[in-house]
Amino acid sequence: MARKAALPKTDTQLFARYAPLPGVPDELADASGAMRPAWGPFIQHISGLSRAGVDAAFARGDQHLADAGVFFRKYGEAEVNARDWPFSPVPVILPQSDWSEIEAGLQQRADLMEDVVADLYGPNRLVAEGHLPASLIAQNPEWLRPMVGVRPNSGYFLHFLAFEIGRGPDGRWWVLADRTDAPSGAGFALENRVAAGRVFPDLMAKSNVHRLAGFFRSFRDALDRLRQSPTARVCILTPGPLTDTYYEQAYIARYLGLSLLEGEDLTVEDGQLRIRTVQGLAPIDVLWRRMDGIWADPLELREDSALGTPGLMSAVRQGHVTMVNALGAGILETQALMAFLPAISLHLTGQKLKLPNVATWWCGSAAELAHVRRNAGRMMIGQAMSTRLPFETNAPHAIGGQLSGVAGITLDGWLAANGAGLMAKELVTLSTTPVYDDGALVPRPMSLRVFLARTNQGWQVMPGGFARVGRSNDTTAISMRNGGSVADVWVVADTKVEAETMLAAPTGPFVRAQPGPLPSRAADNLFWLGRYIERTEGLLRLVRAYNSRLGEAAEPLLTTIRARLKLYQIDASEPVPRGLRDTLGSAVYSASQISDRFSVDGWSALKDMEKSMARIAAKATVGNDAAHVMSVMLRKVAGFSGLIHDNMYRAEGWQFLTIGRSLERAAMITDLLAAVCAPKAPEGGLDLAIEVGDSIMIHRQRYAVITSRASVIDLLGLDERNPRSLRFHLDVIRARVSDLASLRGPGEMTEFERMVLQLQTSITLHSVQSLDTAALLATYSAILDLSPALGAAYMH
Amino acid sequence: MIYDIKLRISYDYTYPAAVGRHIACILPRDLGPGQRLIAGLLDIAPRPHERVDRVDFFGNRVSEFSFRNPHQGIALIMTARIDRSDLPPRLTDSAQLSDLARTLANSADLGPDSPLHFVSPSVRVPPNAAMTAFASAHLTAAMSVAEAVLALNSALYRHMKFDAKATTVDTPASEAFAKRHGVCQDFSHILITCLRGIGIPAGYVSGFLRTLPPPGKPRLEGADAMHAWVRAWCGPRLGWIEVDPTNDTLAGRDHIVVARGRDYTDVAPIKGVLRGSGRQKSRQAVDVVPVAG
Repeated sequence: MARKAALPKTDTQLFARYAPLPGVPDELADASGAMRPAWGPFIQHISGLSRAGVDAAFARGDQHLADAGVFFRKYGEAEVNARDWPFSPVPVILPQSDWSEIEAGLQQRADLMEDVVADLYGPNRLVAEGHLPASLIAQNPEWLRPMVGVRPNSGYFLHFLAFEIGRGPDGRWWVLADRTDAPSGAGFALENRVAAGRVFPDLMAKSNVHRLAGFFRSFRDALDRLRQSPTARVCILTPGPLTDTYYEQAYIARYLGLSLLEGEDLTVEDGQLRIRTVQGLAPIDVLWRRMDGIWADPLELREDSALGTPGLMSAVRQGHVTMVNALGAGILETQALMAFLPAISLHLTGQKLKLPNVATWWCGSAAELAHVRRNAGRMMIGQAMSTRLPFETNAPHAIGGQLSGVAGITLDGWLAANGAGLMAKELVTLSTTPVYDDGALVPRPMSLRVFLARTNQGWQVMPGGFARVGRSNDTTAISMRNGGSVADVWVVADTKVEAETMLAAPTGPFVRAQPGPLPSRAADNLFWLGRYIERTEGLLRLVRAYNSRLGEAAEPLLTTIRARLKLYQIDASEPVPRGLRDTLGSAVYSASQISDRFSVDGWSALKDMEKSMARIAAKATVGNDAAHVMSVMLRKVAGFSGLIHDNMYRAEGWQFLTIGRSLERAAMITDLLAAVCAPKAPEGGLDLAIEVGDSIMIHRQRYAVITSRASVIDLLGLDERNPRSLRFHLDVIRARVSDLASLRGPGEMTEFERMVLQLQTSITLHSVQSLDTAALLATYSAILDLSPALGAAYMH
Repeated sequence: MIYDIKLRISYDYTYPAAVGRHIACILPRDLGPGQRLIAGLLDIAPRPHERVDRVDFFGNRVSEFSFRNPHQGIALIMTARIDRSDLPPRLTDSAQLSDLARTLANSADLGPDSPLHFVSPSVRVPPNAAMTAFASAHLTAAMSVAEAVLALNSALYRHMKFDAKATTVDTPASEAFAKRHGVCQDFSHILITCLRGIGIPAGYVSGFLRTLPPPGKPRLEGADAMHAWVRAWCGPRLGWIEVDPTNDTLAGRDHIVVARGRDYTDVAPIKGVLRGSGRQKSRQAVDVVPVAG
């Protein structure tokens, strides 16, 4: 018998307001108000802190999440609006005994789910024998007809599942929702754990909390084992940066070392799924799908899907790819299905469900409809075939007898008119758990999301997960979308827990792992990121030069600068031109498309630049003030570029980023040289070029003070040692292109390689005299032609 | 009646398409005694990089094919010989309208011909209150399902005007209904919406219609087009019947079935995804020539 203890009395008000709600189980305190033993070390720790100590500890968690750039995109908003992750620093703590019960129940449920889905796409005995109504399947948008008769490549439909569970009034755990199609949240669970580790650095180790890393390692191993060939890849399929859990997908991709791909990154060739990479098409055997099944193939599933891969269904049908989970697994999320699962479990296995699911009634039969009508006051009623709880959708629904979303009809009338289309669930009350509210802990309702992965040893349950915690005591309001918070879940073992990491113990001689080929879309985004960042820098220099000359320089020179800026849709009369901000915005956009390949620091620096630019745009005035703020921005851009080029691994991604940067810089300097070295160029143009080309010092050292056409062409055009010269950047492009060519293997040069070689050779052979205006203009357009040629060479 | 059927569909692109993947659904079905497929061939030009012929969920013959090299267009030529007989349905076997809901609720059939697939809204057949009201206005309580189907088929024929120029393949049925004009695709989607609105399972049929040249004129080659009509389920004894709302008739010996689905989306002759830019021009020519009979 575990020792029971009352909640401690502290100097602070931490526990003063903590009292379980009547008739509602609480995770921290039992019915008598005594503390549950699993919480002992935590409560002891926190009650030893001052109010300031508690606040400081909790602030560390938020700081970590902000630094790590963790966010949650608010669902359904037209404008991209990432908001802070609503982290509640007080964990939910569960004893091993509770957890073992949950594990056994969910493992049983996962096996049952597999049997049901295999039947629904196979022999269909459950329907034929009357265990499931046929109309619930035939009219279900999640029953994907192209999958009927298809046996999954791996032998299983389901490999990774999530369940939403809650503790009912009797203290038992209930399954509230099944997430079988493309469950989200495993990455959030991991992030919460890291944040909780910052809040309570030593406590977790001391209090025998189960680690999560072992679960992820087993899952990663299981994914690898699903491959048919050892050289094929395992990737994550994402709907893209606009999805509400994109951050989490990028996070888990980085953590597991898997590529994050969009539908456009994939293609089907000879029935095989392939990744479009800069080295051509690369094989892929396993796809962890974070995109809902119905969007996966516009040819055979939803034809209006712009996210999917045409032919994916065909590759699945031909048995050449394993989907985690199989397409069509979303049928198991059907709300009304829960009404039949208890009986199906008995029928198929002879076993009752160890963890019951929330009592559910399908309104398609007269007896059940009558029951629902009589008891509507303690039910929530919604669409039978929805995969979301009634209050999570915009469709008409009734909660506690209150009908909403439909007008001019009574509840009875609505039920009668839509019988088979509706289902009802008992309105559950959930247990409460402490959250920190202005210096005190208060009880709030919560549910848990628990994750399961199929491994060699069967279903493995992540020992933890994350808790969703309501903002008020209204248990139906639990939804992150409605502004609840999330907490880490600590499962406390009875014995000491070994430290675990993602890293497997080495089992042979060290072999250096090579990065996989770079997806074409990522290469394209890196190339443009390089271009836009460099363009931002070049424009900052031009805008600064313009503003610092206002009122001093003659009009012809200002006209020349305005003409340069106009090439980039920039209006020089604005102190911080809109077009300049748009250019930086394009850089941020390119970076956001590839955040799985981008360091957290780099991303923060980029976002910081964008914020600074918006801030100064609101205040700056034309002239010296604008010139000054451009200098400030230039230092920030230099900081970002330094971060990238100092830290980025020298693989293909870096080559593309560098080519983009050099191409842009070469183009801008060539355009400027052509303008200021022309026969009738305005006075002061040569000095402008030296200033914008950041070469004042070196020019002074080499040519005393006087600028001449020859000295400028030499220094900014032909000097191979000046990192601001045309020649320097063509050298860089040539070197990077020859690195990339070595990946291509022997064979004919691409048109792009030819163009680069030709251009670089031609500039190398030029003299100060021969690089005249005509030659500069020709060079400028040859540089711009490189961009589409690069696309043709690498964007397969 | 034996027919030789030839269908040619071509797409010309303004700019070459880099990559393309398509599914064609144009080979007629083999339906046993009513419609036997004696021979059928689908030729695709240029030669596809890959091609897979299979049967879809509803039993239609489809070909999936793809191109990996730039191409200026595609052309499909389908030739088939069909033996089509007229087997008039025994309309007296129809269930009563009032019994239909219970029969459907008790069905445990998920096979391709199960009426349950054809009850609820589909991509191109969302529920429509105006069409349901139109349908209800033409019903009487004592009607059998088959009588209701034929009554609505005729009512729609009288209500709508055939106009080949008024709509495109993407015009919603609701718009065609509101403006009271359209082509066979619109007529069929509207009738399906009406029938489902009053609880009768209804689906879309694509196919060919033999047309007769004007009196005294020779048959013009390629003058025919692909056609569409409707199938409706009239209870377990009668099963499915097919009606043609564009011509106010039961589908018979002149109707050759290519494919059956919930609506046009399931049976579109060519579906495809192209990578490339620019517009495309499409052409279609059909010949349905009676050989012997």
